[in-house]
Amino acid sequence: MKVERKCRIVEKTQMGDAIYMVLAVGDMVRTSGVRPGQFVHIKCGDANLLRRPISICQWAGSGDGDTLTVVFEVRGEGTAWLARRPVGHTVDVLGPLGNGFEAEGGPYLLVGGGIGVPPMLGCAGTSGGTSTAILGFRSKEKAILLDQFASDCADCLVATDDGSLGYHGFVDALVRQELEKEHHYQGVLACGPKPMLKSVAKVAAEFGVPCQISMEERMGCGVGACLVCAAPMKDGTVKHVCKDGPVFDAREVDWDA
Amino acid sequence: MPDMTVNLAGIALKNPVVVASGTFGFGREYSRFYDLGELGGICAKGLTLHPHTGNPAPRIAETPMGILNSVGLENPGVDAFIAEELPFLRQFDTKVIANISGNTPEEYGVMCEKLSAAGVDLIEVNISCPNVKAGGLAYGTRPELAAEVTEEAKKHAGDVPVMVKLSPNVTDITEIARAAEGAGADALSLINTMRGMRVDVNTRRPVLKMNTGGLSGPAVLPVAVRMVWEVAQAVSLPILGMGGVAKGEDAAQLMLAGACAVAVGTALFADPFAPLHVRDGLKEIAACQGLEAVSELTGGIRPW
Repeated sequence: MKVERKCRIVEKTQMGDAIYMVLAVGDMVRTSGVRPGQFVHIKCGDANLLRRPISICQWAGSGDGDTLTVVFEVRGEGTAWLARRPVGHTVDVLGPLGNGFEAEGGPYLLVGGGIGVPPMLGCAGTSGGTSTAILGFRSKEKAILLDQFASDCADCLVATDDGSLGYHGFVDALVRQELEKEHHYQGVLACGPKPMLKSVAKVAAEFGVPCQISMEERMGCGVGACLVCAAPMKDGTVKHVCKDGPVFDAREVDWDA
Repeated sequence: MPDMTVNLAGIALKNPVVVASGTFGFGREYSRFYDLGELGGICAKGLTLHPHTGNPAPRIAETPMGILNSVGLENPGVDAFIAEELPFLRQFDTKVIANISGNTPEEYGVMCEKLSAAGVDLIEVNISCPNVKAGGLAYGTRPELAAEVTEEAKKHAGDVPVMVKLSPNVTDITEIARAAEGAGADALSLINTMRGMRVDVNTRRPVLKMNTGGLSGPAVLPVAVRMVWEVAQAVSLPILGMGGVAKGEDAAQLMLAGACAVAVGTALFADPFAPLHVRDGLKEIAACQGLEAVSELTGGIRPW
């Protein structure tokens, strides 16, 4: 059963434009299990009625108490409220929610763009250090978690829109470059803005490599009851990002919707 | 401890707190949080005769103490509800209220017939949808159209009571309430959402893809209380009050204004346990006031 928990903030660091936050979550990890790509729905003060869905970056379960790490950007009043909470304060957390990535075994090609980068670190962990990460940022200043990916992956490639770090251009070009080589990737797993996901999915399909993508949409309840986070599928049906996703098989998604 | 049971159009609810249509799906998601038998009743997600995929996203926007939604009646259709969802809801010791929307009076009739045969406890008729034949005019905005739909629903609902859900987007809600009563409605529920809009000042685009949507949440509570009060004076039908209920005191306000029972909706999104907290808060208020039954609150307002 998924429950709300009061979770203490045990660590908080500014990381570029993002906030890196570690939450003490009781026995949530041991009782519910966590998959990379799942999210927690966090209550962000009384003035904001809706919870904010935030992807889980990393997790740890132990007898001393489980922890979840989230990395988020301040996008509005809710995330601004959360970013202001000091270490030691508690927040109301619902989760883990949604369907995550299938990222056991590997190796996988892990593709993250901007604030879509953090959940891919969880995939790096579950694929046992065998995967290759391709991370895209607007510029060098926006790059986050590079050391963590370097240590949890077999290889880590970076692309920036302005060329200030790594490859000058978009991540799909690096995905193509990797898949053109002789490779053993079991799949491409991606999280980021929709145009990025669309172009990555296109490249993966060209090479016949399975592709899972994590989608973003404005949410209400977070559990699949209110139906606001609609994602149109290729077969004409509508799925819901919070319950059916956020991770979908790229072939199912209607990219032209 | 006060008796928490209430009567809504001849249906005995174990407590006055039901969940509002469109905020609770068909109960499956929240059944993982608590026994749905704790609830007085469940208004299921709004149904149409045929399946609907709803509106494009974004379908939700946050506003000061409220939310706007433009889901657009996404639902699997009345037949799929009866085949797949109703048996699930029937496992729980709670009342099942089906909510229906149609494009023509005939569609309402067909749905009532199917739902009555399948065995729901109550049918809630949503009259906020546009009447295709009347050029897209919402049924809920004209007394004669509201009466026509109510009559058609009653004709086909058999023994199942019909509750008409009123829209607040009218000049005088009592006109529509009287029309529904005159056409044979067994109960009224109010209020549905209020039309609203939010604009992103940077992109200059409305946040909702449909531009406008329905406002709900604490922001609308005072409007709901006022409208329940007005309607309670205008008709003698039982009222299910709703609009921004998040705690026991909110529910008590609606009951004092004239509601027999209340529905909790938007509050669920922040707290899945909200309906149980509202029930407990209501019980505490009734106990503190020394009432024998929570139903004594209904219509107990002392206006100046």
